[in-house]
Amino acid sequence: MPETFVYQWDTPAYKGNTSLSTGLFIDGKWVDGSNNTTIDVINPATGKVLTKIAEGTSKDVDIAVQAAHKAFDTTWGLNTPGSERGRLLYKLADLIEKHAEEFAALEALDNGKAFNWAKMADVGLSLGIWRYYAGWADKVHGETIETASNQLNYTRHEPIGACGLIVPWNFPLLIASWKLAPALATGCTVILKPSEFTPLTALLLAKLTTEAGFPAGVFNVVNGYGSVVGQALSEHPTLEKIGFTGSTLVGRKIMEAAAKSNLKKISLELGGKSPNIIFDDADLDAAVQWANHGIFFNHGQVCAAGSRIFVHAKIYDEFLRKFTEKTKELKVGDPFAPDTFQGPQVSEIQFNRVMNYIESGKAAGAKLHLGGHRIGTEGYFIAPTIFTDTTPDMKIVQEEIFGPVAAIIKFEDDDDIVAKANDTVYGLAAAVFSTNIKRALTTAHKLRAGTVWVNCYNNLAPNVPFGGFKQSGFGRDLGQHALDNYTNVKAVQVNLA
Amino acid sequence: MAQPVEISITATGRKVTLPTGLFINNEFVPSVDSSDVIQCLNPATEEVICSVVAGSAADIDRAVAAARAAYNTTWGKNVGPVERARLINRLADLMERDRDVLAELESLNNGKPVRVARDFDIGDSIGCLRYYAGWADKITGQTIEVDNKTKLAFTRHDPIGVCGQIIPWNYPINMWAWKVAPALACGCTIVMKPSELTPLTALKLSELIVEAGFPAGVVNTVASLGSVGGAALAAHPDVDKVAFTGSTVTGRKIMEAAAKSNLKKVSLELGGKSPHLVFESADLEQAANWAALGILYNTGQDCTAGSRLFVQDTIYDKFISILVGKAKEMVVGNGFDEKVSGGPVVSKVQYDKVWSYIESGKQEGATLALGGQKRPGKGFFVDPTIFTDVRPDMKIVRDEIFGPVLSVAKFSTEEEAVKLANDTSYGLGAGLHSKDADQCMRVSSALEAGTVWVNQYNLLYNNVPFGGKKQSGIGRELGSYALDEYTSVKAVHWNFGEKLDWPF
Repeated sequence: MPETFVYQWDTPAYKGNTSLSTGLFIDGKWVDGSNNTTIDVINPATGKVLTKIAEGTSKDVDIAVQAAHKAFDTTWGLNTPGSERGRLLYKLADLIEKHAEEFAALEALDNGKAFNWAKMADVGLSLGIWRYYAGWADKVHGETIETASNQLNYTRHEPIGACGLIVPWNFPLLIASWKLAPALATGCTVILKPSEFTPLTALLLAKLTTEAGFPAGVFNVVNGYGSVVGQALSEHPTLEKIGFTGSTLVGRKIMEAAAKSNLKKISLELGGKSPNIIFDDADLDAAVQWANHGIFFNHGQVCAAGSRIFVHAKIYDEFLRKFTEKTKELKVGDPFAPDTFQGPQVSEIQFNRVMNYIESGKAAGAKLHLGGHRIGTEGYFIAPTIFTDTTPDMKIVQEEIFGPVAAIIKFEDDDDIVAKANDTVYGLAAAVFSTNIKRALTTAHKLRAGTVWVNCYNNLAPNVPFGGFKQSGFGRDLGQHALDNYTNVKAVQVNLA
Repeated sequence: MAQPVEISITATGRKVTLPTGLFINNEFVPSVDSSDVIQCLNPATEEVICSVVAGSAADIDRAVAAARAAYNTTWGKNVGPVERARLINRLADLMERDRDVLAELESLNNGKPVRVARDFDIGDSIGCLRYYAGWADKITGQTIEVDNKTKLAFTRHDPIGVCGQIIPWNYPINMWAWKVAPALACGCTIVMKPSELTPLTALKLSELIVEAGFPAGVVNTVASLGSVGGAALAAHPDVDKVAFTGSTVTGRKIMEAAAKSNLKKVSLELGGKSPHLVFESADLEQAANWAALGILYNTGQDCTAGSRLFVQDTIYDKFISILVGKAKEMVVGNGFDEKVSGGPVVSKVQYDKVWSYIESGKQEGATLALGGQKRPGKGFFVDPTIFTDVRPDMKIVRDEIFGPVLSVAKFSTEEEAVKLANDTSYGLGAGLHSKDADQCMRVSSALEAGTVWVNQYNLLYNNVPFGGKKQSGIGRELGSYALDEYTSVKAVHWNFGEKLDWPF
């Protein structure tokens, strides 16, 4: 029998408690991993163990996949009409809303992000996404297509079936929602693999799916290591779809495993090194605010983070001064203090990784303009860091750091800046700041990125698609296009002759 | 006047408080210039339920002004899609909460059985509201490539604006939902004119509009005579769109008024004389069930009533005897009696109209296989009536009767069946029963109707469009298609790079 994780908060930002099973959630039941082993869950603000969760193995993955297949063939898929699937999704959304603070507190405890930000951003946007896709459930249309008068041709957008959804630790609930909501809306069943670093909100979500009334086997959670559970899902011989958000490195492995097994469909949302271009005619104060948020939000642990900030020479000094001032005002500390902006990085591994990049920046001769050090002796807190005087070949300019580290880069040549911005293997996002619409739009249209923000950063909405060009991935999350990730188009051609 | 009244529903002992004023700007108010009232009757007992304020043309002006002000300030492009969705879903929740009260009120004023009103009319209406709430943030336009270096072209699906909505008496709540839901989802504001025969549930629903939190003026309700309020809306210079469900005769007047005033957009859902075909391979038991449903549901007061039945000669006698048996099983009576599956027709006028058609059927020489006898006593009850041996030129075959009166004829070939079926100026619904799949495809393709039912009849879903071909109407309700009726496409051509030489 899996243990129960019980926790009580008595903090300035939140008072409340939680009680969650730490088991795997398969076919409507909470179970131990088949090896009876566990994984420690660490509180990144203290470095201490919070609880242990059941560790899934490839055998558990197979059991979950079979349960998901069975539910798809009997109680879910097109056996349940879209209006009913939508009703259950709306019900789940209402339950998420009811438990909003509990979710935010779990996310802050597990990931280290500030409670208030978790509530407003992570939980707030997740709710909008569940409700958005609940509305799509009975609107997944095919087409009728005319060829000859003795033919009837139509398409059906059929749910693929059981889907493996592998999600990261930076926005555990939110990115899980990005994938779960459209998958369930279209009629797919799901096996969610949360990150082993941040499994807690998925456990609460699973509990609520039972309360909402989803049939057993529709929603399954198998916690475990990427190299075990993620790998098992990717190479599973009968699973037909994986949706993945995470590093480009792991994305490659998933694609390879899919190719070597059953050519399962995959959608990948991977890393980025997104350019943020600030032209000399930008609204400077606004640009400073957005650009700052663009790199330091969520401790820099954002795939679309605007980590290469290109500033026109004419405004560079003033921009840097204001940006630095703003950065100094960011409060780093306890996620449960009411005015905290930035908590700890998610884990020791990530902490070391970011610190190594900072060292490499220094070693390569970039100027460490601000920060660059650990804060405190407990937990994985890193001071917001600014590098200037970088060169394009430096690791801190080429590689995704995934931490609160900004590179601010001076540019002069308008024609050249797009080439510089596009000079990356990634293509997830980009931004342009300018009050000249011609400049803003022509630049936006030339940037090779799946999202281009004009005079803003990090804006997301449930109905606007998001995803990558180039090595930032393929397939789109959010918006109507996400439904395509979870459906197979079948053409039915009827001969009436 | 315009004070709420308390109604006692004898059969259940329930007391309902009913607003009786005009609902404008989230308040119930008296008429601005008239003391006219509308008396609302219970068609099962012929008793007066209560009276409500009858709106005048000046009241329509006031309501339109309120809708326009709301469109310009708190609704229209001033409210985001997520908020629209939230309010429409809230309205659905409230309707669900008040389901029983609404069902009883609907039955009292319209006559339909309470359980049918609750489970079907109101159940479908709640689903309709939720369905369109889900569309509110999914109304997308296109971006279109013209010249990538200098231009951006895109479309916006703007809300049409202020919509006059005129609904009939046969499904008061359901027709209300079909109109209100997509209009609100698209961002339009509404002046609703319910039928003067059945305004009570529209007034009660107006209370829910306030409780749900819609800003004042977004939905307005003006009970009024068609010739007064309906005509005023159709001719109003500041109404952008009129949506009407009702008779073809009135539909023409509305279209004419729209043409003569400001060329407002018009959608019409009108009458029908829908053909129902039974081929020899059909499952006869099932076909008889569906055929009975098709003419007897809602006591035949359905625009898609399958009122012309065509049966293949090889199975004719057998099928007719099954069908007559089914029709005899239908219990018609007071809607508050749980055993009843059909109520009275809605009014004396309708009652007299239906009976005059029954008389004309007898006079023109059709054979009465069932019915044809008036009931003694109170209530506008018409029992199931079946005529056989009909000819295409008979009035009962050409005209829409809107009662439980079926005309039955024979055919021998498929071609003949299709020809007979399409021999009508209407084109709303059609049904066919056959186990031959190729035949189903051929015939469904050949039938000139906006909805063709294959091996079923009458059942609709909120996500499948509905509307008429030919003189049964213009435009579609339900499904994604209804959104086209409440949006207006604007194309934006944005130049950010082309310089124009002059002289040209």
